[in-house]
Amino acid sequence: MSIDTENHDDLTNDAGHSESEHAESAHGEHDEHGLSDRGYVGIAIILAIMTAAEVAISYLDLPGWMFMSGLLVLMVVKFVMVVSFFMHLKFDSKIFTWLFYSGLILAVAVYGVMLATFQFFSRS
Amino acid sequence: MADTATPTSDVDPGDAGSSVATIDDEHAPSDDHGDHADHGDHGDHGDHGHATSTGLSNNKLAMWMFLGSECLLFGGLISTYMLYRGRHSGSPTPNQLYNIPLTSVSSFVLLMSSLTMVLAVSAAKRRDDRNTNIWLTVTALLGATFVGAQVFEFTEFYQEGLGFTTNLFGSSFYTLTGFHGVHVTVGIIMLLALVGMLIRSRVPGDKAEVVEMIGLYWHFVDIIWIIIFTLVYLIPA
Repeated sequence: MSIDTENHDDLTNDAGHSESEHAESAHGEHDEHGLSDRGYVGIAIILAIMTAAEVAISYLDLPGWMFMSGLLVLMVVKFVMVVSFFMHLKFDSKIFTWLFYSGLILAVAVYGVMLATFQFFSRS
Repeated sequence: MADTATPTSDVDPGDAGSSVATIDDEHAPSDDHGDHADHGDHGDHGDHGHATSTGLSNNKLAMWMFLGSECLLFGGLISTYMLYRGRHSGSPTPNQLYNIPLTSVSSFVLLMSSLTMVLAVSAAKRRDDRNTNIWLTVTALLGATFVGAQVFEFTEFYQEGLGFTTNLFGSSFYTLTGFHGVHVTVGIIMLLALVGMLIRSRVPGDKAEVVEMIGLYWHFVDIIWIIIFTLVYLIPA
C-alpha cells in the first residue's frame, strides 16, 4: 500500500502550516521551529562580534587569569549559541539535548582526567 | 501492514499527525518527518502523533547520537594536542608559526557558513527550493574557502620546517586540524551532492529533514572549530 506523496504533503501542509504561515514565519520574530531569518542574522552578528573580541583579547596584554577566562567564556558562549539557535536544540526535544550533551560531558570528563593524569595543569 | 493504511482522501486534516502513524512501515520513515515529526517537539508543543516509538524522527535521533560520539573523537584529538603542544624541541614553535590574522578570517568565514546553512534549512522548511539551493551552494563555497585557507596554512608551516613527523607538536597539530579539515571537506561533498539531488528532485523522503540533517553536521563542524580556534590558536603554548 502506498500513499500519494503529493497529497500527503498537502495534508501535512493543511494540518500544520500553510505556505503563507511559513512565509510569515520567515519574517516574524520566531516560530515554534526556531528563530526567523532575521533572528539568525542577529545571532550571526553577535557571534562575529564575539570572535572579534576573542582576537582582540589575544593581542591585548591582559593579566593571565583575565586573558584565559575571557577567551574561555567567549568560546563557551559561542558554542552554546550555535548549538542552541543554529542547531535548534533550544527549540527541539530535550532528548536531543541529553544525547548531545551527554557525549560532550563524557568527553570533557574523560579527557580532563587524562590531562590531569599527565600533570597538564601543573605545567601550565 | 498494508491493511491498516488510511487513504489520504479520508483523512481529517486536523488529525493528520495521528493518521500518518497508521501508514505502512515502508513509507512511515519518510512520511513522519512532516512539519510535526521534523522537530520532535512533542514535549514542548503538544503530541502530534508519530510513527516512531519515541515520537521523534529516527534520522534526527541517530544524527544527534552520532554528533555526541564525535565529541569523544575530537575530545581525544584536542586533549592530545594540549598534551603535546609544548613538545616542539626547539623551533619552529607554535607561536612562531601561527598566522592569527589568516586563521581569524577563516574562522569568520566558517562562522558565516553556519549562518548560510541555517538560512538554507529555514528556506527548506518553507519549501522554497530556489533559496534552499542558493544558500546550500553559498555554504559549500564558504566551506571551500575555509579548506583552501587551511591548505595554505599547512603549506606555509611545512615550508617553515614543520612536517607531520618533525615533533610531537607537529604530529598532534596536523592530526587535529587535518581531521577537522576532512570533516569540512566531507560536509562540502554532502552539500554539493544535496544541491544536485534537489535540482534533479532525487531527494528521498522529506526534503526539509534531509537539509536539516546535513545542517546539523555542518554546524557541528563549526562548533568544533570554535573550540580549536581558541584552544589551539589564541591561547599560547
